[in-house]
Amino acid sequence: MPMTITEKILAAHAEKKEVHPGELITCRIDLLMGNDITAPIAIKAFEKVGATQVFDPDRLTIVLSHFVPAKDIKSADQCRIARVFAKKHRLKYFYDEGRGGIEHILLPQEGLVVPGDVVLGADSHSCTYGGLGCFATGVGSTDLAAAMITGETWFKVPESMKFHFYGRLAPWASAKDLILYTIGQISVDGATYRAMEFTGEVVERLPVDQRLTLCNMAIEAGGKSGIVAPDEVTVEYVKPRAKRPWKLFKSDPDAAYHSVYEWDAGKIGLQVACPYSPDNVKPLEEIAGVEVDQVFIGSCTNARMEDLRIAARIMRGKKVAPYVRCIVIPATHQVFQEALREGLIEVFAEAGCAISEATCGPCLGGYNGVLGAEDVCLSTSNRNFPGRMGHPKAKVYLASPAVAAATAVTGKITHPEEVANV
Amino acid sequence: MNLYGKAWKYGDNVDTDQIIPARYLVTSDPKELGQHCMEDADPEFSKKVHPGDVLVGLKNFGCGSSREHAPIAIKAVGVSAVIAKSFARIFYRNSINLGLPLFETDAVERIERGDDLELNPGTGEIKNVTKGETYQARPLPEFAREIMAAGGLMNYVAKKKGLTAGKPTPSDYDARRD
Repeated sequence: MPMTITEKILAAHAEKKEVHPGELITCRIDLLMGNDITAPIAIKAFEKVGATQVFDPDRLTIVLSHFVPAKDIKSADQCRIARVFAKKHRLKYFYDEGRGGIEHILLPQEGLVVPGDVVLGADSHSCTYGGLGCFATGVGSTDLAAAMITGETWFKVPESMKFHFYGRLAPWASAKDLILYTIGQISVDGATYRAMEFTGEVVERLPVDQRLTLCNMAIEAGGKSGIVAPDEVTVEYVKPRAKRPWKLFKSDPDAAYHSVYEWDAGKIGLQVACPYSPDNVKPLEEIAGVEVDQVFIGSCTNARMEDLRIAARIMRGKKVAPYVRCIVIPATHQVFQEALREGLIEVFAEAGCAISEATCGPCLGGYNGVLGAEDVCLSTSNRNFPGRMGHPKAKVYLASPAVAAATAVTGKITHPEEVANV
Repeated sequence: MNLYGKAWKYGDNVDTDQIIPARYLVTSDPKELGQHCMEDADPEFSKKVHPGDVLVGLKNFGCGSSREHAPIAIKAVGVSAVIAKSFARIFYRNSINLGLPLFETDAVERIERGDDLELNPGTGEIKNVTKGETYQARPLPEFAREIMAAGGLMNYVAKKKGLTAGKPTPSDYDARRD
């Protein structure tokens, strides 16, 4: 039977020759992940049932990311639960502040997820890892706790949806624009329970950083996972960092899909998701000129080197607009160091940006850039539901780093073309 | 065992940021989380809801983050079940894992805020006492029913693995209604 890449990976981990959409299977897990918000609940549940051993301490990673460095006493106590557990169980891959960063950028960077893996992450944006050609999905803390004991979990094999992008990206457009456009077309529940497979010459030309961005927001369409078939670009990225052997899978040409969308990327252009939903997507031209109070360049969606380079290229030699603030948070400590070496941090500092150590912080209204009731923010992150970045009345627009940088310079939603090279 | 309560009705896409805003994720204490349940959608909710009441949403209930704090807060504030036209995937999984009954049916359109409801989690039957109507929710998959019957995923796994807590016991996450 012809299968999609997702079905092949799941079948391989269920020790089956083939699997069919809708089938309930038990899968072996290659890597489990928890963070400072989700791991403590999992740890308590793990200990409460009398479990004493993680099935394989090298296959459980805990990354402190959301409220670190600790924003208050309670978050410090929460982090401590994770830290004590990591030490007790000798977790090899435990990442604290100053050495880690946002998990969805950190794990690919550290070679902890590789093509062909099945990854279970206690964070909804765990679908990001699909950009490397693995099956990765977000779960809650109890699913994590159970898998910490057994090393496996149950899945309903998802149907796959294919999103095929042909042509060439429009000027200044990036993976962020493709995924925002996709969500705008199919809505926030358009892919619920399904795997989103991204294909086409445009996707094949994307660097790994952008493939991760593409898959990162699969959850914003309700998707169980996002995936890009691995190729030589993937292998080149994985080779110097992989902690485990990888396996390349690809969909059979005659595999069955729930639905297939084919879009000319050249016609997509720059996209912005307007308040209060990631599927309220409009072409940039329609809302250009909306005044903002804050710009945030960060989060698991867009804070890798690629993202910071494009933002710095636009902001070089310019200043953040008066009465506007711009917050830049490189996604991991290593991205921060690289950005420092490349002189990007200096560009942001000279422009008057506030820059911080890696954290999810403002994206979820945690700290380091929380919005008040009247605030309008343009953010490179992934959600703009009411209250997501602070007060429920605050307005959040989602866009690419290029649009964010241009907007920071003018103080209103701006096409990068108007600011770059001026 | 049937569940009885009044309906609290909301719209499409009730996301986890509305169910429990991220600013309260500095704790996993059910009681504290319950006090802020649905705060950004309806600030009065946690003060006015009665034990046994039922949350009713339209499509894609529980979309957004994977935070288990959402079903924990819902249980802790005393809500006995959630009815929706459809549920987001992670919320659905989390609720079953914690033993929070979910009812999926298009009949939510018929339910209004304040309606008296009687629910049977075993059969998926929903009686709207106020309107004198009965609706049938789509049945849970058998696997999910087994987890619910064991008292949640951890008890289910513990039993399978022969761990100490292999039989259903009140968990920390259970709403305290006494």
